[in-house]
Amino acid sequence: MEMNVFQVIWYILWGVLWAVYFTLDGFDLGGGSLLYILGKDEKERRTIYQSLGPFWDGNEVWLITAGGATFAAFPKAYAVMFSALYSALLLLLFSLIIRGVAIEYRNKYDSLTWRKAWDFLFFLGSLLPALLLGVAFANIFKGVAIDQNGIFRETLFHLLNPYGLLGGLLFVFCFATHGAIWVAFKTSDPLAKRAGNIAKRLWVVTLILVILFWAYSFSATKLWQNYINNPILFVFPALAVVCYLAVPALLQKKAYFKAWVASALTIVSFTAWGIAGLFPNILPSSIDPAYSLTLMNSSSSELTLKIMTIVAIIFVPIVLAYTFWAYKTFSYKVTEKDIAY
Amino acid sequence: MDVLMASRLQFAAAAIFHFLFVPLTLGLSFLTAIFQTLWLKTGDEDYKRAARFWGKLFLINFGLGVVTGITLEFQFGTNWRFYSEYVGDVFGSLLAIEATLAFFLESTFIAVWWFGWNRISPKINTLAIWLTAIASNISALWILIANGWMQHPVGYVLRNGRAELESFTAVLTNSFAWWEFLHTVPAAYVLSGFFVLGVSAWHILRKNELSLFKKSFRVAAIWTVVFSLYLIVEGHIHGAEVADKQPTKLAAMESLWEQERGAGWVLLAIPDEEGERNSLEIIRIPKVLSLLAFHDPEAEVKGLKAWPKEERPPVALTFFSFRIMVALGMLFGLLSLLAFIKRHNPEDSPGLLRILIWNIPLPYIAAQAGWIVAEVGRQPWIVYGLMKTKDAVSPLSSVQIGLSFPAFIIVYGILGIICFWLMAYHARKGPEPVETVTSTLEAKLS
Repeated sequence: MEMNVFQVIWYILWGVLWAVYFTLDGFDLGGGSLLYILGKDEKERRTIYQSLGPFWDGNEVWLITAGGATFAAFPKAYAVMFSALYSALLLLLFSLIIRGVAIEYRNKYDSLTWRKAWDFLFFLGSLLPALLLGVAFANIFKGVAIDQNGIFRETLFHLLNPYGLLGGLLFVFCFATHGAIWVAFKTSDPLAKRAGNIAKRLWVVTLILVILFWAYSFSATKLWQNYINNPILFVFPALAVVCYLAVPALLQKKAYFKAWVASALTIVSFTAWGIAGLFPNILPSSIDPAYSLTLMNSSSSELTLKIMTIVAIIFVPIVLAYTFWAYKTFSYKVTEKDIAY
Repeated sequence: MDVLMASRLQFAAAAIFHFLFVPLTLGLSFLTAIFQTLWLKTGDEDYKRAARFWGKLFLINFGLGVVTGITLEFQFGTNWRFYSEYVGDVFGSLLAIEATLAFFLESTFIAVWWFGWNRISPKINTLAIWLTAIASNISALWILIANGWMQHPVGYVLRNGRAELESFTAVLTNSFAWWEFLHTVPAAYVLSGFFVLGVSAWHILRKNELSLFKKSFRVAAIWTVVFSLYLIVEGHIHGAEVADKQPTKLAAMESLWEQERGAGWVLLAIPDEEGERNSLEIIRIPKVLSLLAFHDPEAEVKGLKAWPKEERPPVALTFFSFRIMVALGMLFGLLSLLAFIKRHNPEDSPGLLRILIWNIPLPYIAAQAGWIVAEVGRQPWIVYGLMKTKDAVSPLSSVQIGLSFPAFIIVYGILGIICFWLMAYHARKGPEPVETVTSTLEAKLS
């Protein structure tokens, strides 16, 4: 089957949406997973919530949009992927639901038990999505057992294979690093200092996990094949390495915002690495490559893709403009005044 | 229970639960924006505190509306795989556009409004709540265009073994979708209006913050009467649209079994689906159904027997839901008219105030009943006339659905109870004292 230009555009946009989602929700999920490690008392925990509060909802919309774009541009891939990953996906949704409610409700009632319960759910609801997203994407990279009818032939437990779990761990630590840097940027000492120090330690763990993941990908996936065929693509992993190496130096200088940008660019480049390696597959089959869902055999009609392209060209810049403005408006450091109750 | 039935029930639970929070979001956002604008125009502190008070209730409700919406979008893929494959070319893009046009705007500016209370100018802040309100209503438009397509598919062609988009304009101008929008969204405004009237009535009866709640009452009374009366007229036209486009649904809504010229309208009946008749009918007015549905007392109306059994929707559920919705709609017209008449001194009508408190849940029931008519009445089709629900379901194992369905009920049940308890707690607590609003409250966490 021939691929047309709109299919390729939407494949790239599909990758971009996931990259932006991981970058943005990554820091608030990561920050949430560090709630107990970073927030030593009630004041600090409130500060952490406040540093994530104005952002989490908008960040999660990128997940909805990534899901919606998959549905719109590659309906067959959406249908097969979402039904095949049924249990994992519902677990992800439940985590995100409970977490969102935790953020919104924690400070709406004055009781210690109430807050403690929501804190725990917020922590769990931040940790689990990072893990599940990592497991899911590692399995997508690896391919899942779908037959010629797109029927998933395994269960949730097969997704918890060593490569999948390594992907999960990588996401957990990468998001946690990203979140710790954000908290350092949005708060003042001593919380900022503690977050900066923890970010440095998490950075080392993440680095080791990335190296392991890349090495393991040689045997577990076909991702590197595209790189051997088109060496120009090495720009993505190279960019990821360069940005990531800049992070500890910037943390040392307490240039937290720059460190966060470097970490964000790392996540974007790393996602680009995965998606470029996956191309033209969206969901490879581990049973037979002929059963894989690709941008050619699972896309929408050209008319739908054209309309979606026009919508994206008009509205994505507008979305980016006001999102940027909102981030700028809320870029202040959280103060005592902000957490008064 | 089989996978199909469990998937249907799970989707119904998720949709019903989501729609417990959506209507208040659609309407209370505008009412909050109106209060805040009145403060900006008049400088009256009551309106400022009212905006903060209603806005807080809006936020508690909004939180659950947002997170339960994510599930719905993903459930098309998880539970209705063959539906997603078959119609994704038309349907998927509508959801993606909804997210791009509405969700970003809504989620960004609700945060700007709440967290920016004392960080940005009151004008920009007021703009933020207006944008939130507009965005949530844009989202309603797109999702109803999507649902309208499931009710009355247009602008597609069957090609490559699926429904492919042929005319985007036809999908956007689908009359069925627009009638749904013009019905659902004002119904949400009625629900929100009665919510404000009911909570205000509770405080007015207790002489608590009388000045603030009387102002809230007055604004809400005008708002509610407009949309309640409008809906009675629109509902009638809407019914005629259903009669034209979905004859099986109309027959089920009216529990009409035989094809009739000059069909009569029954007030109440007990449908007997096995025996294909009504086992009991209370008050039957000749020719009225033909007149209502087709504006002609002699018009021919098809009865359920015109279709084979497997192509008929569940009759009793559709019939009773429709009766409940219409009866409540009439009641809302009357109640809103009374509230409107008494809007300047509601404290003199304690009886009305008490009714308005007890009335708070009724618009919720009406809204759910309306959706049951729309969705159950469409059965056995998932896309009317194009695809049956039984052909749409994902190839899941009974273990998967056997775990997920109870999980939905438990998690949603607990969250729902917490949400309504918290709303009631803050609704009773009333607005924050003046000094708090101008200092620390503004800086509070969400």
